[in-house]
Amino acid sequence: MNLFTPLSWNDTGFILTGILNTVYISVVAIIVGSLLGLLVGFIRAESNKSVNMFLGAFLDILRSVPLIIQLILFTTFIGAMGYPLDPFVAGSIILSLYTMAFMSEVFRSGFDSVPENMVKAARSLGMTYMQTVRYVRVPIGMRAVFPSWLGVALSVIKDSALVSVIGYMELLRTAEQLISRTQQPLMILIGVGLFYFMISYPLSRYGKYVERKMEI
Amino acid sequence: MIEIKGVHKSFGDLEVLKGIDLTVKRGEVVSIIGASGSGKSTLLYCINAIESINGGNILVDGVDVHDKNTDKNKLRENLGMVFQQWNSFPHLTVLENAALAPQVVKGFSKEKAEAIAKKELIHVGLGDKLDEYPTKMSGGQQQRLAIARALAMDPPYMLFDEVTSALDPELVGEVLDTLRLLRDDGMTMICVTHEIAFAKEVSDKVAFFHKGLIEEIGTPQEVLDNPQKERTQQFLSKVL
Repeated sequence: MNLFTPLSWNDTGFILTGILNTVYISVVAIIVGSLLGLLVGFIRAESNKSVNMFLGAFLDILRSVPLIIQLILFTTFIGAMGYPLDPFVAGSIILSLYTMAFMSEVFRSGFDSVPENMVKAARSLGMTYMQTVRYVRVPIGMRAVFPSWLGVALSVIKDSALVSVIGYMELLRTAEQLISRTQQPLMILIGVGLFYFMISYPLSRYGKYVERKMEI
Repeated sequence: MIEIKGVHKSFGDLEVLKGIDLTVKRGEVVSIIGASGSGKSTLLYCINAIESINGGNILVDGVDVHDKNTDKNKLRENLGMVFQQWNSFPHLTVLENAALAPQVVKGFSKEKAEAIAKKELIHVGLGDKLDEYPTKMSGGQQQRLAIARALAMDPPYMLFDEVTSALDPELVGEVLDTLRLLRDDGMTMICVTHEIAFAKEVSDKVAFFHKGLIEEIGTPQEVLDNPQKERTQQFLSKVL
């Protein structure tokens, strides 16, 4: 039996699953991470020094410890506790928290960028605190930081490749399996790299375009 | 009627208002003049409860503004306010800017809120700008938008805080014209202003603030043409 077979059409389906799984976990992490980041960013913008120091320390840990270590640490920990999780679930949790740590800073600066006078104007129209948040501070603040948000989202897509280390069958891991079978690392890895590039590059160009447009 | 009785206000150790008494009846236009830092703007902020007070009380139609049981959001619906900075909401069109508060605060349908907003915008001369974004407009147009936005809540009282101070000189006229329009509509207004000639023209009463107190108050003729107090005379000689 020949263990090393060349790439076949069947492999396309296999790679496609990897692509979809990469997109899937990235989208989950970006959505969950953004929502949590919005909440945490708002709390940070509104809180006093002591709350901010506590939250800041927690976020600093998430941001400073390499993602790959967080992933391995978390799966090892829950495994040792006797609650092994599906790699997708474990990966989503860690990737989302990691995303949240960066998004919260993005959103916080968004909230800080809304002039206090604009908030006063909204309140003077009879709007409640929550109405002001919902109709004025969130839409104005979030618009201002859209390019930064996009930057974080893009790095999350790229960082999602690291979830392969805990066994999630995303693009890089399917590629690795294909390489071990076909022994054609160069072509496959170039293909994988190209895929990330094709997603990231247009979006980052778009972000730059929006940024330029907002400066005018 | 707005009744201000013995109002004191401090920021830390700095006492900005040192016992202000002022009554504004329905339909009256009262202008407040005085040097920067004399507490004029702070008084407006205290009237619509954006700032708290340290003593005295303020009644709007008999409701104690600073009573802790007073619904301040409800109260502010009756007190339209326009600031030195126009603070247009940049993410909304001109029409949406003016329709937002009637929609979310009063709970009007989008159609009804926009109909009201449109009427006020036409009134201030922005009928041809409804679908534009305010960031594309001049300061004078944005300030008129701010006035229409406040008017859309149909408040019986309007508070103006140096609304022409941040404008380029050539844009001051259109905003003052809008205020004249409101005066002619019979709107009750308190205008903190540096435009002495305007105050003289539109006001029923002029109050001169000095260091947290009303130094002199009366008709424009009394205060501006024949000031009795030395400080008023000094101030007017500098600005006129």
